[in-house]
Amino acid sequence: MNVFISLAAVVFLFLAGLLGAGAGLDALFGIVIPYIAIFLFLGGLIYRVMIWANVPVPFRIPTTSGQEKSLPWIKQSKLDNPSSTLGVIGRMALEILCFRSLLKNTKTELHEDGHVAYGSSLWLWLGSMAFHWSMLIILLRHIRLFIEPVPGAITFLHKLDGFLQIGAPVFYVTSFIFPIALLYLLFRRLGDPKLRYISLVNDYFPLFLLIGVGISGFWLRYISKTDIASVKELTVGLMSFRPVTPAAISPLFYGHLFLVCVLLGYFPFSKLVHMAGVFFSPTRNLANTNREAHHANPWDYPVKVHTYEEYEDEFREKMKAVGIPVEKE
Amino acid sequence: MTMAKFDEPGYYKHEDLLKVDYHPPRTGWMDTPVDFRPGTYIYPGKAKNLKYLDLPNPRNWAVTDEDWKLQENWKEIVLDGMAERLRRYRTFRLFMDICVRCGACADKCHFFIGGGDPKNMPVLRAELLRSIYRKDFTALGKILGKIAGARELTYDVIKEWFYYFYQCTECRRCSVFCPYGIDTAEITMMGRELLGLLGLYVNWAIEPVANCFRTGNHLGIPPHGLLDTLEFMVDDIEEATGIKVDIPMNKKGAEVLFVTPSGDYVAEPGIQTCMSYMILFNEIGLDYTWSTYASEGGNFGLFTSHEMIKRLNAKIYAEAKRLGVKWILGGECGHMWRTMHQYMNTVNGPPDFLEVPKSPFTGTVFENARSAKIVHIMEFTADLIKHGKLKLDPSRNDHIRVTFHDSCNTARGMGILEEPRYVMKSVCNNFFEMPENTIREQTFCCGGGAGLGTDENMEMRLRGGLPRGSAVKYVQEKYGVNQLAAMCAIDRATLITVCDYWAPGVKVTGISELVANAMILKGEKKRTKNLRLETIPGAEEEDTAQGNIEHLETIEGMHTTKGGSSNE
Repeated sequence: MNVFISLAAVVFLFLAGLLGAGAGLDALFGIVIPYIAIFLFLGGLIYRVMIWANVPVPFRIPTTSGQEKSLPWIKQSKLDNPSSTLGVIGRMALEILCFRSLLKNTKTELHEDGHVAYGSSLWLWLGSMAFHWSMLIILLRHIRLFIEPVPGAITFLHKLDGFLQIGAPVFYVTSFIFPIALLYLLFRRLGDPKLRYISLVNDYFPLFLLIGVGISGFWLRYISKTDIASVKELTVGLMSFRPVTPAAISPLFYGHLFLVCVLLGYFPFSKLVHMAGVFFSPTRNLANTNREAHHANPWDYPVKVHTYEEYEDEFREKMKAVGIPVEKE
Repeated sequence: MTMAKFDEPGYYKHEDLLKVDYHPPRTGWMDTPVDFRPGTYIYPGKAKNLKYLDLPNPRNWAVTDEDWKLQENWKEIVLDGMAERLRRYRTFRLFMDICVRCGACADKCHFFIGGGDPKNMPVLRAELLRSIYRKDFTALGKILGKIAGARELTYDVIKEWFYYFYQCTECRRCSVFCPYGIDTAEITMMGRELLGLLGLYVNWAIEPVANCFRTGNHLGIPPHGLLDTLEFMVDDIEEATGIKVDIPMNKKGAEVLFVTPSGDYVAEPGIQTCMSYMILFNEIGLDYTWSTYASEGGNFGLFTSHEMIKRLNAKIYAEAKRLGVKWILGGECGHMWRTMHQYMNTVNGPPDFLEVPKSPFTGTVFENARSAKIVHIMEFTADLIKHGKLKLDPSRNDHIRVTFHDSCNTARGMGILEEPRYVMKSVCNNFFEMPENTIREQTFCCGGGAGLGTDENMEMRLRGGLPRGSAVKYVQEKYGVNQLAAMCAIDRATLITVCDYWAPGVKVTGISELVANAMILKGEKKRTKNLRLETIPGAEEEDTAQGNIEHLETIEGMHTTKGGSSNE
């Protein structure tokens, strides 16, 4: 059910962009909506980040995944249990760039005789890495549509991504990896009963949305071969706040663009915001200096305690009887 | 033979427990109500305990009652409580927002592995709260409702929370595997705090809290009772070693205050662990003191609320100040060390009246405890052994083939992994590791932590203990392991049940007990009995008047001729 709602929503959105622009609403889909989307994306993201940043971290609670810093002759695990800022940066970098925790993933099996077996399970890691990194490269590749002249680094990225030198226009490796990785993540979600059980529209919708963006983009590049010059006219116009909608742009492009706009606007208000959130995770970004340095809780307040005086008042006679020293004789 | 009841392991057949169905039910999780089956839930907190602690809504009730006698405005209380915590804890706010439900955590939870209930997948445990968060605190959830994964806060939701937030041992294993470090312990702690606002506690946690508040320890042992308990141990120590040790109690001006979980005062193998501390301190001549007021290192406040952590832990620094000690030494415990390491200095520190801990025997300054001024007994002991300050005869432990259970809290909330291993390898010739997916940061819970280790919860304890039990059985069959060492009082209590059930024949021990049995004490009598007052195998046969050193050499010689089988 959640799957169909999500798929239907994405198909509907795509057609809305395609047909809407075809029906002469290209100013709406080419100018107004992109501006709104960018506003929602940036504004929403800043809003979310500000909320997290303004919520205190009262306790220092890193999840320690290795040996603590203790006696000088015991080797500390500096990345998995960092006690310095450098160590934390290393831990976070590996987490964000390499998805290190997913790299530890295991699959657990319970055998009939009660034996619990563990195996390495790297498909999720591979699928996520393939998806996230190809998306990043595709995004960077798109910079050439926004800037003139195109920076050398971006041109180089294009060459790298198209190293196979097949087809005209040249096929980019990421054009294939991106949708394949997404389809894997989708079928993984559908194929595993446990995952299907926990999956919400919030999970399927962004997957379909990204797949829609990927397929329509693929189509625009390799099949219908969009007029890049006109697209660039539109994007540069948007960037310079002198928007135009060139007539040579196909409705299919507006379908693609609209899905991207929905993605941008949806991003900060959905789970996709993990992109920014991962940087804030206290179990990962705090150094284990717990006993070495004092960590203050900004909203700390006094609590009712049972003082020694109250304790001795209750037990004084019994303490004295067995010779335990007391404060008041 | 009488029939076993649901709170006894014998009630559960292995083949029944092992028939775990990992397929979720046909109904969606939001539409699947809780089934309060005996053996899977814990009895509620009694009114007297809540009253003693000034907690809201004290009354007596039963989990199976239709009406849990909540306050009239319970819904408002919960939502206000959530709003307050979302403002106070970045973890809570962030973990509500960023989960992508990738499912990496799903099969990492011991309760899910051993039970198959989908709501014991960490991701779904968090969704129990997250669905309410979406409904009341996010725009999309307010507008789209169920389509956006939101649901109404109902009476049934509260019952579901009570069931599942007391089916989590806050062990943090899932958080190791989460790509964003989402920590279910944080989620569970929030859930339990919210339940607490309605007066919903489990008695097995809140009674120890009330006891600890009044008497200084979870068991409610009064000062004279504690002294009595330790005196019994002194007698046993004398019987085993011929040495009579002192009990410095509430002694002002001692160098070190020693605190340990009260689990060490009662029942085997806790008492042997406790006796071992006394033997060690006596042998090296540590100027230390026990305290009757701070007679609990553990802190069931951790299983109750952040405020309760502070209320109970306050005694330790206060007592250190009153007695005028220089620093604090802590015994073998799991959640105690999560508290001491990650909370104590924040909630009750900084203890500027204490000195940076320094071992009077080796001169080692414990830099990593520079601010909190509390040192773990394994850090302390490892340092002593490294500097050759203890005379050891590991062959006395040769009949023991030992493995080590890393406790969740010390592994994932501290990272003390090598010190205990170093100590154990120094005092035992036969040490074997369990499979790597079940130790160190990937270690499994005993199934009874975080206030869940009570007998009425037996089915869940056995199910939750299965992954650990299976790993113990593995080393039992492969290496002939016959003892499981753990530096945690809850482990020392609950793993006995787990081992008896899943790996019968494996006994549970504290690490210090292994140390004390191997220690050659000044002026000791010939050691023929261990601290459990059992005859040490092999010790009786040698009827000569050999000194201990010769004895050691003989045994060691015998051992090496066997070809170093201990180093598999």
